[in-house]
Amino acid sequence: MAYLLEMNSLSASYDNNVVLEDVNLTVNENDFIGVIGPNGGGKTTLLKVILGLIEPVNGKIIFNNDLINGNSIGYLPQISTGDANYPVTVTDVILSGMMIRKKIISRMSAIDKKRAHEIINELGLSGMENSSLTELSGGQLQRVFLGRAIIGNPKLLLLDEPGNFVDSTFENDFYEKLKELNSRMAILMVSHDIGMISAHVKSYACVNRKLHNHPSSEISNEQLLAYGCPIQLITHGEVPHTVLKSHS
Amino acid sequence: MEGSILQYDFIVKGLMGAVFASLTAGLAGTYIVSKRMVFLSGGITHASFGGIGIGYFFGFNPVLGAAIFGILSALGVEYLSVRQKIREDSAIGILWAFGMATGIIFIFITPGYSPNLMSYLFGSILTVTNADIIALGIMSLVLILYFGIFYRTILYISFDESFARTYSSYVNIFKYVTTALVALTIVLNIRMAGVVLVLSLLTIPPNIAMIFTRVYSKVIVWSVVAGFIGTAAGYVISYFAGIPVGATIIFTLVIIWVIVKLIFQIGRKSKNAKCKMQTNHLPITNNH
Repeated sequence: MAYLLEMNSLSASYDNNVVLEDVNLTVNENDFIGVIGPNGGGKTTLLKVILGLIEPVNGKIIFNNDLINGNSIGYLPQISTGDANYPVTVTDVILSGMMIRKKIISRMSAIDKKRAHEIINELGLSGMENSSLTELSGGQLQRVFLGRAIIGNPKLLLLDEPGNFVDSTFENDFYEKLKELNSRMAILMVSHDIGMISAHVKSYACVNRKLHNHPSSEISNEQLLAYGCPIQLITHGEVPHTVLKSHS
Repeated sequence: MEGSILQYDFIVKGLMGAVFASLTAGLAGTYIVSKRMVFLSGGITHASFGGIGIGYFFGFNPVLGAAIFGILSALGVEYLSVRQKIREDSAIGILWAFGMATGIIFIFITPGYSPNLMSYLFGSILTVTNADIIALGIMSLVLILYFGIFYRTILYISFDESFARTYSSYVNIFKYVTTALVALTIVLNIRMAGVVLVLSLLTIPPNIAMIFTRVYSKVIVWSVVAGFIGTAAGYVISYFAGIPVGATIIFTLVIIWVIVKLIFQIGRKSKNAKCKMQTNHLPITNNH
Protein backbone atom coordinates (compact mmCIF):
# COMPACT_ATOMS: atom_id res chain seq x y z
CA MET A 1 0.00 0.00 0.00
CA ALA A 2 1.44 3.36 -1.05
CA TYR A 3 1.99 5.99 1.58
CA LEU A 4 0.51 9.44 1.10
CA LEU A 5 2.36 11.34 3.74
CA GLU A 6 4.83 10.70 6.50
CA MET A 7 5.65 12.87 9.50
CA ASN A 8 9.02 12.33 11.13
CA SER A 9 9.69 13.68 14.63
CA LEU A 10 7.61 16.68 13.76
CA SER A 11 7.06 19.57 16.19
CA ALA A 12 4.88 22.63 15.70
CA SER A 13 4.21 25.67 17.83
CA TYR A 14 2.11 28.82 18.08
CA ASP A 15 4.01 31.87 19.35
CA ASN A 16 6.62 29.71 21.09
CA ASN A 17 4.01 27.44 22.72
CA VAL A 18 4.76 23.92 21.61
CA VAL A 19 1.51 22.35 20.44
CA LEU A 20 2.84 19.22 18.76
CA GLU A 21 5.98 17.47 19.83
CA ASP A 22 7.91 14.67 18.18
CA VAL A 23 4.99 13.45 16.13
CA ASN A 24 5.39 10.43 13.86
CA LEU A 25 2.49 9.57 11.62
CA THR A 26 2.12 7.77 8.32
CA VAL A 27 -1.01 8.03 6.24
CA ASN A 28 -1.45 5.36 3.59
CA GLU A 29 -3.91 5.07 0.74
CA ASN A 30 -7.39 4.09 1.92
CA ASP A 31 -6.60 4.75 5.56
CA PHE A 32 -9.45 6.05 7.70
CA ILE A 33 -7.83 7.51 10.77
CA GLY A 34 -9.77 9.02 13.64
CA VAL A 35 -7.74 11.70 15.40
CA ILE A 36 -8.95 12.10 18.97
CA GLY A 37 -7.71 14.03 21.95
CA PRO A 38 -8.64 16.81 24.37
CA ASN A 39 -9.43 20.36 23.33
CA GLY A 40 -6.21 22.27 22.80
CA GLY A 41 -4.33 18.98 22.37
CA GLY A 42 -3.16 19.89 18.86
CA LYS A 43 -5.67 18.05 16.65
CA THR A 44 -6.46 21.02 14.43
CA THR A 45 -2.78 22.02 14.40
CA LEU A 46 -1.98 18.58 13.00
CA LEU A 47 -4.34 19.26 10.08
CA LYS A 48 -2.91 22.73 9.57
CA VAL A 49 0.59 21.32 9.34
CA ILE A 50 -0.58 18.87 6.68
CA LEU A 51 -2.28 21.72 4.79
CA GLY A 52 0.91 23.75 4.91
CA LEU A 53 -0.71 26.55 6.94
CA ILE A 54 1.77 26.04 9.79
CA GLU A 55 5.44 25.34 9.22
CA PRO A 56 6.88 22.68 11.50
CA VAL A 57 9.60 24.00 13.82
CA ASN A 58 11.32 20.64 13.94
CA GLY A 59 11.23 17.45 11.97
CA LYS A 60 9.61 17.14 8.57
CA ILE A 61 6.61 16.04 6.62
CA ILE A 62 7.14 14.11 3.42
CA PHE A 63 4.37 13.96 0.83
CA ASN A 64 3.92 11.37 -1.84
CA ASN A 65 4.30 12.95 -5.29
CA ASP A 66 0.61 12.39 -5.95
CA LEU A 67 -0.29 14.82 -3.20
CA ILE A 68 2.01 17.52 -4.47
CA ASN A 69 1.10 17.16 -8.13
CA GLY A 70 -2.36 18.63 -8.27
CA ASN A 71 -4.20 15.66 -6.79
CA SER A 72 -4.19 17.57 -3.63
CA ILE A 73 -5.82 17.43 -0.27
CA GLY A 74 -9.53 17.94 0.39
CA TYR A 75 -10.38 19.87 3.52
CA LEU A 76 -13.60 20.30 5.50
CA PRO A 77 -12.89 22.96 8.15
CA GLN A 78 -14.22 22.75 11.70
CA ILE A 79 -17.04 25.21 11.39
CA SER A 80 -17.61 26.86 8.13
CA THR A 81 -15.42 29.90 8.13
CA GLY A 82 -17.36 31.26 5.16
CA ASP A 83 -20.09 33.77 5.84
CA ALA A 84 -23.49 32.14 5.18
CA ASN A 85 -24.92 35.55 4.32
CA TYR A 86 -22.39 36.05 1.56
CA PRO A 87 -23.96 36.39 -1.90
CA VAL A 88 -22.66 33.10 -3.25
CA THR A 89 -24.49 30.06 -4.66
CA VAL A 90 -24.15 26.37 -3.81
CA THR A 91 -22.53 25.72 -7.20
CA ASP A 92 -20.02 28.52 -6.66
CA VAL A 93 -18.98 27.21 -3.24
CA ILE A 94 -18.51 23.67 -4.56
CA LEU A 95 -16.59 24.97 -7.58
CA SER A 96 -14.23 26.84 -5.27
CA GLY A 97 -12.76 23.45 -4.38
CA MET A 98 -11.34 23.33 -7.92
CA MET A 99 -9.15 26.33 -7.12
CA ILE A 100 -6.48 23.95 -5.89
CA ARG A 101 -5.64 23.37 -9.53
CA LYS A 102 -6.24 26.87 -10.82
CA LYS A 103 -3.91 28.99 -8.72
CA ILE A 104 -4.54 32.59 -9.86
CA ILE A 105 -6.79 32.97 -12.88
CA SER A 106 -9.82 30.95 -12.09
CA ARG A 107 -11.96 30.49 -15.16
CA MET A 108 -14.09 27.40 -14.75
CA SER A 109 -14.35 25.14 -17.80
CA ALA A 110 -17.45 23.26 -18.91
CA ILE A 111 -15.81 20.12 -17.49
CA ASP A 112 -15.44 21.77 -14.08
CA LYS A 113 -19.10 22.78 -14.13
CA LYS A 114 -20.16 19.29 -15.16
CA ARG A 115 -18.12 17.89 -12.29
CA ALA A 116 -19.80 20.32 -9.88
CA HIS A 117 -23.15 19.13 -11.17
CA GLU A 118 -22.18 15.49 -10.53
CA ILE A 119 -21.09 16.32 -6.98
CA ILE A 120 -24.37 18.18 -6.35
CA ASN A 121 -26.33 15.12 -7.47
CA GLU A 122 -24.10 12.73 -5.56
CA LEU A 123 -24.63 14.65 -2.33
CA GLY A 124 -28.38 14.93 -2.79
CA LEU A 125 -28.38 18.67 -3.37
CA SER A 126 -30.08 18.67 -6.78
CA GLY A 127 -32.40 21.59 -7.28
CA MET A 128 -30.31 23.77 -4.99
CA GLU A 129 -27.63 24.65 -7.55
CA ASN A 130 -28.42 28.34 -7.44
CA SER A 131 -29.62 28.56 -3.86
CA SER A 132 -27.82 30.91 -1.50
CA LEU A 133 -26.36 29.46 1.68
CA THR A 134 -28.99 31.12 3.89
CA GLU A 135 -31.65 28.90 2.31
CA LEU A 136 -29.97 25.66 3.44
CA SER A 137 -30.31 23.55 6.58
CA GLY A 138 -27.26 22.70 8.67
CA GLY A 139 -26.97 19.25 7.08
CA GLN A 140 -27.26 20.63 3.56
CA LEU A 141 -24.68 23.30 4.32
CA GLN A 142 -22.28 20.66 5.54
CA ARG A 143 -22.76 18.62 2.39
CA VAL A 144 -22.01 21.74 0.33
CA PHE A 145 -18.70 22.13 2.16
CA LEU A 146 -18.02 18.40 1.80
CA GLY A 147 -18.66 18.87 -1.92
CA ARG A 148 -16.10 21.66 -1.99
CA ALA A 149 -13.60 19.34 -0.30
CA ILE A 150 -14.05 16.41 -2.71
CA ILE A 151 -14.70 18.05 -6.10
CA GLY A 152 -10.97 17.98 -6.91
CA ASN A 153 -10.86 14.18 -6.39
CA PRO A 154 -8.32 14.42 -3.58
CA LYS A 155 -6.25 11.46 -2.46
CA LEU A 156 -6.52 12.60 1.12
CA LEU A 157 -9.54 14.12 2.83
CA LEU A 158 -9.13 16.04 6.09
CA LEU A 159 -12.21 16.50 8.26
CA ASP A 160 -12.14 18.73 11.32
CA GLU A 161 -14.89 17.94 13.82
CA PRO A 162 -17.53 17.16 11.19
CA GLY A 163 -19.94 16.18 13.98
CA ASN A 164 -20.11 19.77 15.17
CA PHE A 165 -22.45 21.05 12.56
CA VAL A 166 -24.10 17.99 11.17
CA ASP A 167 -27.72 17.75 12.18
CA SER A 168 -28.70 14.44 13.64
CA THR A 169 -31.04 13.49 10.81
CA PHE A 170 -28.19 13.55 8.36
CA GLU A 171 -25.56 12.09 10.66
CA ASN A 172 -25.95 8.54 9.41
CA ASP A 173 -26.10 9.56 5.78
CA PHE A 174 -23.00 11.63 6.31
CA TYR A 175 -20.95 8.77 7.74
CA GLU A 176 -22.25 6.40 5.09
CA LYS A 177 -21.04 8.89 2.51
CA LEU A 178 -17.62 9.02 4.18
CA LYS A 179 -17.39 5.24 4.10
CA GLU A 180 -18.09 5.29 0.38
CA LEU A 181 -15.54 8.07 -0.18
CA ASN A 182 -12.98 6.07 1.76
CA SER A 183 -12.82 3.57 -1.12
CA ARG A 184 -11.37 6.35 -3.31
CA MET A 185 -9.43 8.44 -0.78
CA ALA A 186 -7.73 8.25 2.59
CA ILE A 187 -9.54 10.10 5.37
CA LEU A 188 -8.12 11.76 8.45
CA MET A 189 -10.95 12.80 10.75
CA VAL A 190 -10.49 14.92 13.85
CA SER A 191 -13.09 14.57 16.57
CA HIS A 192 -13.36 14.84 20.31
CA ASP A 193 -16.34 12.51 20.24
CA ILE A 194 -14.96 9.00 19.99
CA GLY A 195 -18.41 7.45 20.07
CA MET A 196 -19.31 9.24 16.91
CA ILE A 197 -16.34 8.07 14.89
CA SER A 198 -15.85 4.62 16.40
CA ALA A 199 -18.05 2.73 14.00
CA HIS A 200 -16.33 4.03 10.92
CA VAL A 201 -12.61 4.54 11.38
CA LYS A 202 -9.98 1.89 10.76
CA SER A 203 -7.45 3.23 13.24
CA TYR A 204 -6.98 5.93 15.83
CA ALA A 205 -4.36 8.52 16.60
CA CYS A 206 -4.52 10.16 20.02
CA VAL A 207 -3.13 13.68 20.04
CA ASN A 208 -2.26 15.54 23.18
CA ARG A 209 0.91 17.34 22.24
CA LYS A 210 2.39 13.94 21.44
CA LEU A 211 0.73 11.53 19.07
CA HIS A 212 0.03 7.86 19.74
CA ASN A 213 -1.19 5.48 17.09
CA HIS A 214 -3.73 2.81 17.92
CA PRO A 215 -4.99 0.18 15.58
CA SER A 216 -8.75 0.05 15.69
CA SER A 217 -8.65 -3.44 17.23
CA GLU A 218 -7.57 -1.94 20.56
CA ILE A 219 -10.97 -0.38 21.01
CA SER A 220 -13.44 -2.66 19.35
CA ASN A 221 -16.75 -1.60 18.00
CA GLU A 222 -18.46 -4.15 20.20
CA GLN A 223 -16.91 -2.58 23.27
CA LEU A 224 -18.13 0.83 22.24
CA LEU A 225 -21.55 -0.29 21.14
CA ALA A 226 -22.08 -2.10 24.42
CA TYR A 227 -22.37 1.25 26.15
CA GLY A 228 -25.10 2.41 23.83
CA CYS A 229 -23.90 5.95 24.21
CA PRO A 230 -20.85 7.99 23.24
CA ILE A 231 -17.72 7.09 25.17
CA GLN A 232 -16.35 10.17 26.83
CA LEU A 233 -13.40 8.80 28.73
CA ILE A 234 -10.40 6.98 27.39
CA THR A 235 -7.24 6.80 29.44
CA HIS A 236 -3.80 5.56 28.66
CA GLY A 237 -1.86 3.18 30.90
CA GLU A 238 -1.67 3.76 34.63
CA VAL A 239 -3.87 6.78 35.19
CA PRO A 240 -5.23 7.13 38.72
CA HIS A 241 -8.96 7.71 38.52
CA THR A 242 -12.13 7.61 40.53
CA VAL A 243 -15.48 6.82 39.01
CA LEU A 244 -18.40 8.04 41.08
CA LYS A 245 -21.56 6.01 41.51
CA SER A 246 -24.41 7.06 39.30
CA HIS A 247 -27.30 8.86 40.96
CA SER A 248 -30.21 6.59 41.74
CA MET B 1 -25.42 80.21 -27.14
CA GLU B 2 -22.81 80.25 -24.43
CA GLY B 3 -25.42 79.18 -21.92
CA SER B 4 -26.47 76.17 -23.98
CA ILE B 5 -22.84 75.06 -24.42
CA LEU B 6 -22.33 75.30 -20.69
CA GLN B 7 -25.54 73.41 -20.16
CA TYR B 8 -24.50 70.79 -22.70
CA ASP B 9 -21.11 70.46 -20.99
CA PHE B 10 -22.84 70.10 -17.64
CA ILE B 11 -25.16 67.37 -18.93
CA VAL B 12 -22.33 65.40 -20.57
CA LYS B 13 -20.18 65.71 -17.47
CA GLY B 14 -23.10 64.69 -15.29
CA LEU B 15 -23.98 61.71 -17.47
CA MET B 16 -20.40 60.47 -17.76
CA GLY B 17 -19.96 61.04 -14.03
CA ALA B 18 -23.08 59.02 -13.30
CA VAL B 19 -21.96 56.12 -15.53
CA PHE B 20 -18.44 55.95 -14.11
CA ALA B 21 -19.50 56.53 -10.51
CA SER B 22 -22.08 53.75 -10.67
CA LEU B 23 -19.64 51.36 -12.37
CA THR B 24 -16.82 51.91 -9.88
CA ALA B 25 -19.11 52.09 -6.86
CA GLY B 26 -21.04 48.99 -7.98
CA LEU B 27 -17.93 46.83 -8.34
CA ALA B 28 -16.07 48.07 -5.26
CA GLY B 29 -19.30 48.34 -3.25
CA THR B 30 -20.33 44.72 -3.87
CA TYR B 31 -16.92 43.65 -2.57
CA ILE B 32 -17.02 45.72 0.63
CA VAL B 33 -20.68 44.98 1.43
CA SER B 34 -20.31 41.21 0.89
CA LYS B 35 -17.11 41.12 2.90
CA ARG B 36 -18.56 43.30 5.68
CA MET B 37 -15.86 45.91 5.17
CA VAL B 38 -18.17 48.92 5.35
CA PHE B 39 -16.65 50.28 8.53
CA LEU B 40 -13.11 49.90 7.18
CA SER B 41 -14.19 51.75 4.04
CA GLY B 42 -15.60 54.54 6.21
CA GLY B 43 -12.20 54.77 7.88
CA ILE B 44 -10.43 54.95 4.53
CA THR B 45 -12.79 57.69 3.33
CA HIS B 46 -12.26 59.92 6.31
CA ALA B 47 -8.53 59.22 6.52
CA SER B 48 -8.21 60.44 2.95
CA PHE B 49 -9.47 63.85 4.06
CA GLY B 50 -6.09 64.25 5.76
CA GLY B 51 -4.51 63.91 2.32
CA ILE B 52 -6.80 66.61 0.93
CA GLY B 53 -5.63 69.04 3.64
CA ILE B 54 -1.96 68.21 3.10
CA GLY B 55 -2.43 68.60 -0.66
CA TYR B 56 -3.82 72.09 -0.16
CA PHE B 57 -1.08 73.11 2.24
CA PHE B 58 1.81 71.95 0.07
CA GLY B 59 0.15 73.05 -3.13
CA PHE B 60 -0.33 69.75 -4.96
CA ASN B 61 -3.54 68.17 -6.22
CA PRO B 62 -5.70 67.39 -3.16
CA VAL B 63 -7.18 64.31 -4.87
CA LEU B 64 -3.66 62.92 -5.23
CA GLY B 65 -3.08 63.61 -1.54
CA ALA B 66 -6.35 61.86 -0.71
CA ALA B 67 -5.43 58.88 -2.89
CA ILE B 68 -2.06 58.44 -1.17
CA PHE B 69 -3.60 58.80 2.29
CA GLY B 70 -6.52 56.52 1.45
CA ILE B 71 -4.42 53.72 -0.03
CA LEU B 72 -1.79 53.85 2.72
CA SER B 73 -4.39 53.72 5.48
CA ALA B 74 -6.25 50.88 3.73
CA LEU B 75 -3.10 48.83 3.32
CA GLY B 76 -2.05 49.66 6.89
CA VAL B 77 -5.26 48.33 8.39
CA GLU B 78 -5.23 45.24 6.15
CA TYR B 79 -1.60 44.56 7.06
CA LEU B 80 -2.24 44.88 10.79
CA SER B 81 -5.37 42.72 10.60
CA VAL B 82 -3.53 40.01 8.63
CA ARG B 83 -0.96 40.01 11.42
CA GLN B 84 -3.82 40.05 13.95
CA LYS B 85 -1.92 42.44 16.12
CA ILE B 86 -4.68 45.00 16.53
CA ARG B 87 -8.29 45.45 17.51
CA GLU B 88 -9.41 46.28 14.03
CA ASP B 89 -12.48 48.36 14.87
CA SER B 90 -10.56 50.56 17.31
CA ALA B 91 -7.75 51.07 14.80
CA ILE B 92 -10.25 52.12 12.14
CA GLY B 93 -11.96 54.49 14.59
CA ILE B 94 -8.63 56.15 15.40
CA LEU B 95 -7.67 56.39 11.73
CA TRP B 96 -11.08 57.89 10.92
CA ALA B 97 -10.73 60.75 13.39
CA PHE B 98 -7.00 61.22 12.77
CA GLY B 99 -7.60 61.76 9.04
CA MET B 100 -10.33 64.33 9.65
CA ALA B 101 -8.20 66.15 12.24
CA THR B 102 -5.16 66.26 9.94
CA GLY B 103 -7.29 67.57 7.08
CA ILE B 104 -8.88 70.32 9.17
CA ILE B 105 -5.55 71.44 10.69
CA PHE B 106 -3.79 71.68 7.31
CA ILE B 107 -6.67 73.46 5.60
CA PHE B 108 -6.84 75.88 8.53
CA ILE B 109 -3.12 76.76 8.43
CA THR B 110 -3.02 77.08 4.63
CA PRO B 111 -2.40 80.81 4.07
CA GLY B 112 -4.64 82.95 1.89
CA TYR B 113 -7.87 81.82 0.29
CA SER B 114 -9.63 79.11 2.25
CA PRO B 115 -10.60 76.36 -0.21
CA ASN B 116 -14.14 75.31 -0.69
CA LEU B 117 -14.26 72.87 2.20
CA MET B 118 -17.95 72.19 1.74
CA SER B 119 -17.45 70.79 -1.76
CA TYR B 120 -15.09 68.14 -0.41
CA LEU B 121 -17.28 67.30 2.55
CA PHE B 122 -20.58 67.12 0.70
CA GLY B 123 -19.65 66.88 -2.98
CA SER B 124 -20.38 69.28 -5.80
CA ILE B 125 -20.76 68.62 -9.52
CA LEU B 126 -19.55 72.17 -10.19
CA THR B 127 -16.09 71.43 -8.88
CA VAL B 128 -15.77 68.15 -10.83
CA THR B 129 -13.15 68.72 -13.52
CA ASN B 130 -12.69 66.92 -16.81
CA ALA B 131 -9.60 65.33 -15.30
CA ASP B 132 -11.76 63.91 -12.49
CA ILE B 133 -14.13 62.37 -15.04
CA ILE B 134 -11.23 60.90 -17.03
CA ALA B 135 -9.71 59.48 -13.83
CA LEU B 136 -13.05 57.86 -12.95
CA GLY B 137 -13.30 56.49 -16.50
CA ILE B 138 -9.85 54.89 -16.24
CA MET B 139 -10.76 53.54 -12.80
CA SER B 140 -13.93 51.97 -14.26
CA LEU B 141 -11.85 50.24 -16.93
CA VAL B 142 -9.28 49.00 -14.40
CA LEU B 143 -11.98 47.60 -12.11
CA ILE B 144 -13.88 45.92 -14.95
CA LEU B 145 -10.68 44.24 -16.15
CA TYR B 146 -9.59 43.28 -12.64
CA PHE B 147 -12.95 41.79 -11.63
CA GLY B 148 -13.40 40.27 -15.10
CA ILE B 149 -10.09 38.42 -15.10
CA PHE B 150 -9.97 37.43 -11.43
CA TYR B 151 -13.72 37.14 -10.75
CA ARG B 152 -13.70 33.74 -9.08
CA THR B 153 -10.41 34.25 -7.28
CA ILE B 154 -11.72 37.46 -5.72
CA LEU B 155 -15.07 35.85 -4.93
CA TYR B 156 -13.59 32.75 -3.28
CA ILE B 157 -10.93 34.59 -1.28
CA SER B 158 -13.39 37.11 0.08
CA PHE B 159 -16.02 34.42 0.79
CA ASP B 160 -13.77 32.12 2.81
CA GLU B 161 -10.32 33.52 3.33
CA SER B 162 -9.01 30.81 5.63
CA PHE B 163 -10.09 28.06 3.22
CA ALA B 164 -8.49 29.97 0.34
CA ARG B 165 -5.22 29.96 2.26
CA THR B 166 -5.16 26.17 2.06
CA TYR B 167 -4.71 26.25 -1.70
CA SER B 168 -3.41 29.69 -2.61
CA SER B 169 -0.37 31.62 -1.55
CA TYR B 170 -1.76 34.73 -3.24
CA VAL B 171 -4.49 35.46 -0.68
CA ASN B 172 -2.71 38.43 0.89
CA ILE B 173 -1.71 39.95 -2.46
CA PHE B 174 -5.33 39.83 -3.65
CA LYS B 175 -6.54 41.32 -0.37
CA TYR B 176 -4.09 44.20 -0.60
CA VAL B 177 -4.71 44.92 -4.27
CA THR B 178 -8.50 44.80 -3.94
CA THR B 179 -8.49 46.97 -0.82
CA ALA B 180 -6.20 49.50 -2.54
CA LEU B 181 -8.58 49.61 -5.53
CA VAL B 182 -11.52 50.12 -3.16
CA ALA B 183 -9.64 53.01 -1.51
CA LEU B 184 -8.92 54.57 -4.90
CA THR B 185 -12.56 54.18 -5.96
CA ILE B 186 -13.70 55.95 -2.80
CA VAL B 187 -11.24 58.81 -3.26
CA LEU B 188 -12.15 59.38 -6.91
CA ASN B 189 -15.84 59.52 -6.01
CA ILE B 190 -15.29 62.06 -3.21
CA ARG B 191 -15.60 64.99 -5.65
CA MET B 192 -19.09 63.83 -6.59
CA ALA B 193 -20.58 62.73 -3.30
CA GLY B 194 -18.23 64.26 -0.70
CA VAL B 195 -16.28 62.69 2.16
CA VAL B 196 -19.31 62.39 4.39
CA LEU B 197 -21.62 60.72 1.86
CA VAL B 198 -19.42 58.81 -0.59
CA LEU B 199 -19.55 55.58 1.40
CA SER B 200 -23.31 55.33 0.88
CA LEU B 201 -22.75 55.52 -2.88
CA LEU B 202 -20.86 52.23 -2.49
CA THR B 203 -23.02 50.54 0.12
CA ILE B 204 -26.63 51.32 -0.80
CA PRO B 205 -26.67 49.89 -4.38
CA PRO B 206 -25.43 46.37 -3.38
CA ASN B 207 -27.93 46.37 -0.54
CA ILE B 208 -30.70 47.14 -3.03
CA ALA B 209 -29.48 44.29 -5.28
CA MET B 210 -29.18 41.80 -2.42
CA ILE B 211 -32.86 42.20 -1.63
CA PHE B 212 -33.67 40.12 -4.70
CA THR B 213 -30.49 38.25 -5.72
CA ARG B 214 -27.72 36.39 -3.94
CA VAL B 215 -25.61 35.63 -7.00
CA TYR B 216 -22.41 37.68 -6.77
CA SER B 217 -22.22 38.61 -10.46
CA LYS B 218 -25.87 39.65 -10.47
CA VAL B 219 -25.36 41.72 -7.33
CA ILE B 220 -22.61 43.61 -9.19
CA VAL B 221 -24.78 44.20 -12.29
CA TRP B 222 -27.84 45.33 -10.34
CA SER B 223 -25.68 47.54 -8.09
CA VAL B 224 -24.40 49.35 -11.15
CA VAL B 225 -27.96 49.74 -12.47
CA ALA B 226 -29.32 50.96 -9.13
CA GLY B 227 -26.31 53.23 -8.69
CA PHE B 228 -26.86 54.75 -12.13
CA ILE B 229 -30.54 55.40 -11.56
CA GLY B 230 -29.80 56.96 -8.17
CA THR B 231 -26.91 59.08 -9.42
CA ALA B 232 -28.61 60.26 -12.61
CA ALA B 233 -31.88 61.07 -10.83
CA GLY B 234 -29.90 62.75 -8.07
CA TYR B 235 -28.18 65.01 -10.62
CA VAL B 236 -31.38 66.07 -12.26
CA ILE B 237 -33.14 66.79 -8.98
CA SER B 238 -30.11 68.60 -7.58
CA TYR B 239 -29.88 70.72 -10.75
CA PHE B 240 -33.49 71.83 -10.69
CA ALA B 241 -33.85 72.14 -6.95
CA GLY B 242 -30.44 73.75 -6.44
CA ILE B 243 -29.45 71.44 -3.58
CA PRO B 244 -26.05 69.68 -3.12
CA VAL B 245 -25.66 66.74 -5.49
CA GLY B 246 -24.11 64.26 -3.00
CA ALA B 247 -26.99 64.56 -0.58
CA THR B 248 -29.55 64.31 -3.38
CA ILE B 249 -27.98 61.13 -4.78
CA ILE B 250 -27.92 59.42 -1.39
CA PHE B 251 -31.48 60.52 -0.67
CA THR B 252 -32.64 59.09 -4.00
CA LEU B 253 -30.78 55.81 -3.42
CA VAL B 254 -32.31 55.35 0.03
CA ILE B 255 -35.79 55.93 -1.43
CA ILE B 256 -35.07 53.31 -4.13
CA TRP B 257 -33.91 50.90 -1.42
CA VAL B 258 -37.12 51.43 0.59
CA ILE B 259 -39.35 50.98 -2.48
CA VAL B 260 -37.57 47.79 -3.63
CA LYS B 261 -37.64 46.40 -0.09
CA LEU B 262 -41.37 47.09 0.22
CA ILE B 263 -42.17 45.56 -3.18
CA PHE B 264 -40.31 42.34 -2.39
CA GLN B 265 -41.71 42.19 1.14
CA ILE B 266 -45.26 42.46 -0.19
CA GLY B 267 -44.46 39.97 -2.97
CA ARG B 268 -43.14 37.47 -0.44
CA LYS B 269 -46.10 37.91 1.89
CA SER B 270 -48.65 37.31 -0.86
CA LYS B 271 -46.69 34.21 -1.94
CA ASN B 272 -46.74 32.91 1.64
CA ALA B 273 -50.43 33.67 1.95
CA LYS B 274 -51.09 31.69 -1.24
CA CYS B 275 -49.18 28.71 0.17
CA LYS B 276 -51.18 28.87 3.38
CA MET B 277 -54.46 29.01 1.48
CA GLN B 278 -53.44 25.97 -0.50
CA THR B 279 -52.64 23.97 2.60
CA ASN B 280 -55.93 25.01 4.16
CA HIS B 281 -57.73 23.64 1.14
CA LEU B 282 -56.08 20.25 1.40
CA PRO B 283 -58.74 17.62 2.02
CA ILE B 284 -58.43 15.79 5.32
CA THR B 285 -58.06 12.17 4.31
CA ASN B 286 -57.01 10.65 7.56
CA ASN B 287 -60.39 11.03 9.20
CA HIS B 288 -61.09 7.93 11.21
